[in-house]
Amino acid sequence: MSSPQYIEERPFKVIVAKIGLDGHDRGAKVIARALKDAGFEVVYTGIRQTPEQVARAAVEEDADVIGISILSGAHIHHIQRLMEKLKEMGADDIPVVVGGTIPVIDVDKLKELGVKDVFLPGESLRRITDVIRTLAEERRRKVRLL
Amino acid sequence: MSLNNSELAVLLDKARRGDLRATGKLLTIMEDPYRLPPEFFDMVASQAGRAHVIGVTGIPGAGKSTLISRLIPELRRRGARVAVIAIDPTSPISGGALLGDRLRMQDHAMDPGVFIRSVSTRGLKGGLSLAALSMIELFDALGYEKILVETVGVGQAEVDIMSAAHTILVVTMPGVGDDVQALKAGVMEIGDIYVLNKSDLPDAQKAYEYLSFALDKGELGSYDSGWTPKLFKVSAVMGQGMAELADAIDEHASYIRSIGLARLKVASRRLTLIRLMSERMLTVAVEEEFKRVKAELEAKALKAKGILAEASEVARRACKNLDNLPPT
Amino acid sequence: MGELYNKDEVEKIRKHIDKWESDVVPQWLKRVPERSNNFTTLSGIPIKRVYTPADLNNFDYEEKLGLPGEYPFTRGIHATMYRARLWTMRMFSGYGGPEETNRRLKFLIEHGETGLSLAFDYPTLVGVDPDDPMAEGEVGIVGVSVPTVVDMEVVFNGIDMGSVTTNMTINPPAPVLLSFYVAVAEKQGVPYNKIGGTTQNDPLKEFIAQKSYVFPPEPAVKVAMDLIEWSVKNLPLWNPISISGYHIREAGATAVQELAFTLADGIEYVRQLKARGLDVDEFAPRLSFFFDAHINFFEETAKFRAARRMWAKIMRDWFGAKKPRSWWLRFHTQTAGVSLTAQQPWNNIVRTAIEALAAVLGGTQSLHTNSFDEPFRVPSEFAAKIALRTQQIIAYETGVADTIDPLAGSYYVEWLTDQIEEEAWKYIDRIERMGGMLEAVKKGFPQREVADAAYRFQKDVEDGRRFIVGVNIFVENEVEDIRKVPLLEFDQKGIEERQRKRIAQVRSSRDQQRWSRALDELRKAAERGDNIMPYVLQAVKAYATLGEIMNTLKEVYGTYVEPPIY
Ligand SMILES: Nc1nc2c(ncn2[C@@H]2O[C@H](COP(=O)(O)OP(=O)(O)OP(=O)(O)O)[C@@H](O)[C@H]2O)c(=O)[nH]1
Ligand SMILES: [Mg+2]
Repeated sequence: MSSPQYIEERPFKVIVAKIGLDGHDRGAKVIARALKDAGFEVVYTGIRQTPEQVARAAVEEDADVIGISILSGAHIHHIQRLMEKLKEMGADDIPVVVGGTIPVIDVDKLKELGVKDVFLPGESLRRITDVIRTLAEERRRKVRLL
Repeated sequence: MSLNNSELAVLLDKARRGDLRATGKLLTIMEDPYRLPPEFFDMVASQAGRAHVIGVTGIPGAGKSTLISRLIPELRRRGARVAVIAIDPTSPISGGALLGDRLRMQDHAMDPGVFIRSVSTRGLKGGLSLAALSMIELFDALGYEKILVETVGVGQAEVDIMSAAHTILVVTMPGVGDDVQALKAGVMEIGDIYVLNKSDLPDAQKAYEYLSFALDKGELGSYDSGWTPKLFKVSAVMGQGMAELADAIDEHASYIRSIGLARLKVASRRLTLIRLMSERMLTVAVEEEFKRVKAELEAKALKAKGILAEASEVARRACKNLDNLPPT
Repeated sequence: MGELYNKDEVEKIRKHIDKWESDVVPQWLKRVPERSNNFTTLSGIPIKRVYTPADLNNFDYEEKLGLPGEYPFTRGIHATMYRARLWTMRMFSGYGGPEETNRRLKFLIEHGETGLSLAFDYPTLVGVDPDDPMAEGEVGIVGVSVPTVVDMEVVFNGIDMGSVTTNMTINPPAPVLLSFYVAVAEKQGVPYNKIGGTTQNDPLKEFIAQKSYVFPPEPAVKVAMDLIEWSVKNLPLWNPISISGYHIREAGATAVQELAFTLADGIEYVRQLKARGLDVDEFAPRLSFFFDAHINFFEETAKFRAARRMWAKIMRDWFGAKKPRSWWLRFHTQTAGVSLTAQQPWNNIVRTAIEALAAVLGGTQSLHTNSFDEPFRVPSEFAAKIALRTQQIIAYETGVADTIDPLAGSYYVEWLTDQIEEEAWKYIDRIERMGGMLEAVKKGFPQREVADAAYRFQKDVEDGRRFIVGVNIFVENEVEDIRKVPLLEFDQKGIEERQRKRIAQVRSSRDQQRWSRALDELRKAAERGDNIMPYVLQAVKAYATLGEIMNTLKEVYGTYVEPPIY
């Protein structure tokens, strides 16, 4: 069934979350706001989230993309857990991107874990929103009911 | 993504068996009933009708989300599965939205019996209420016994959504000036239960006395069903007063069940849904028709010819066109 | 009256400028237009083409500047400043477990350092034990893990706590960490009047910026004031608070906001302490501050000078402090972590050097310089050493420390100092009208201002109104180069495991009755509203853990969840 074109497409829904105990939420908040201004629906979970909480939020919200900010240095540990949880819940088709204080060698490791893109300090908002939009579009195209 | 009935039925079955991912996806589908095969909606609705829908409304920042988060464990303890629909406004400019309610409800990630979903105001008129009402049907069908719906303020959308609630909680807090005045913004008469939150703050007692006085005088609350509205003083951050509040919510549920109101409410929410859905279809049809004849009308409009007559003409043709419109 | 410049001379200069602007400048502009038609400082203060005495209208030298060591201390709090003693090069450091830190501290002491500075890991910072699920993967990363008095004992094993001072960057759990420290010192036989150091203990900035809050604002401030009051009465050498603008700035505030919000925090604390019946001159000399040194060079120096002048006025005129020491704004500075980039990371060494210079020219009492690898991880030894050497070069080679406040009298710097002061007073006025900073924080006012400024700045960078070398100008694709940055490596998992084992052992070997009684008494004291310090100390001595004490207090005070402010 094709829907009439004048029905607005549902906006993309993005989870912006901080996993771990660090409170540096400047980046997460700036990105949440930039995404909102770019027309996304942003669910911001706040600081000190666990991977379980984020995976659960993504599933409940049926998010198009998950954006994680970590500046505590514990990114490998947390992202590994997040990916496991997503898989467990059948939600590993939701693309994950990560930003924060992350050594370049860990960028490779994160990508091996299935992270789609990693943003280091100094990354431009435009690129971040572009990447997220592209990932969201891709997922919408591929998404299956079952 | 195309929607076919058999796939939807499988998804629904998975969701019923506790697959949260399936529930999340179904909610997305239910959010816009316009795209839904009508038979599927009936399939969902036929399994619904038992849940207790609780509307939670009140001024911005009163602590609605915090209160819901603290109420959840109390409701869970009594054995209910709990769903929350948190409604947040959309930015009128970008169409984007920051959905902030969830921020305060993060404690339940380990509990499979709790499901929280945010929705933001959708572009089309009535879209939001339609989404909320439709999602209520789904949660209900999935066996969530308590469905809490958080809304802010008093727009038409909230009135529509509240028409679906069995029990309405109006949340307020001390220090919003003249307390009853602050409540007056449309929610004076709708509450079954009034909650003075943030009672840990200094001027709470004063606010409480003020509200009890108003309640005693009958200035506050909904008396239509014969229920006597109640007032509670709680502190959501401290988790104080939650058990008493949950008791009152249950008491109200039994009451409306005993007088047969509970079933009427289910009918009423579906009636609202029918009205909103038909409005929506008409709007779409009118837009469509209008777009088709716009160029032609421009000339007439300039010559001040048949302006009103054209309006009814557009409407008439739009209705005719409806026959050709999905969903079918 | 007391004006620095003669009116007629100023008038002449003014006329000269008018003529210059109308006759000379346009010709130059025709040839080459200026790089921008809107030059501003990072705080958005518009900058003119040139400054002259005409910009220092009614400039009363004595009122605005005075001399070093004299009111209003614009030129410095000491009469001799760095000519007598250089600023303290206090490098905040630490990672891993108590054993690693103990070795590290001993190494520093061997090399002549007596001012120690402990960085704690995130679980410790937010009051969570290493065996709490929330702590998983975080133990020992950004600092040392100290969840029990036993861990503190290991940290100071073989170190005489009577002959060192220790700075502890800790906030909500400050009473617990200070109690650990005191308990271990006592065990070493060090008398209270020999225990010296600092606890950051600044709760308001946690809500504005740093976000390692635990309790809601009111009890958070109450607990911090408990610590100050107890310390003033019991530990004469302890600095119980370091009122911090650093984190506010790092979260995206402008220089003006950093200054205004920090002083407003200070004002709130002074009021709270006075309300407890303390004499202002009893505690004011013990208050210290902590600022950021950002990259906009002159604005930073002007900020430090304005800060001293404003605080002196606040303490003397608002609060009636009598002792000159109560008027001093003593401060520690750290260079701006947020100014560092992952791109071309070596450039960070240069940024840090310029920022450090601004701090020194601004008269700081102590300084931490960031390492160039911090966009990636906790500094390696190599990077940390360069950062320290940067300070030493400024101190020993450049000569900037040989005269006091050398930028004074620069038309631009004096004008900018005045501007920043004026803008900061406006914020302080607004906050005062809200009922002070505690109220303002509860309303989310400074939080919103900071979030807005952060967003504005990022937009400016995006749109090319602000430049960051390697980020939006002179960009290179140098991923391979970045790979070569040598980073600190250590066995985080092993340390986490060890910390869990130790805490399990502490839990199983303590006197259970004494332990539960101590926590019970703590809870009751908190419920009564008593000063919790003696009870925390008692619980610590009964081997209650950091997490247990914080949880007990949370039951009484509640837990803070931030409202959505973007
Ligand atoms: N002191 C106190 N503060 C509370 C209490 N409950 C909530 N708050 C605070 O009030 C603020 C708003 O709480 P929310 O739960 O987001 O309120 P809300 O009504 O859902 O807000 P909106 O969804 O934005 O309309 C937060 O800062 C809460 O921490 C309470 O019982 N006492
Ligand atoms: Mg809310």
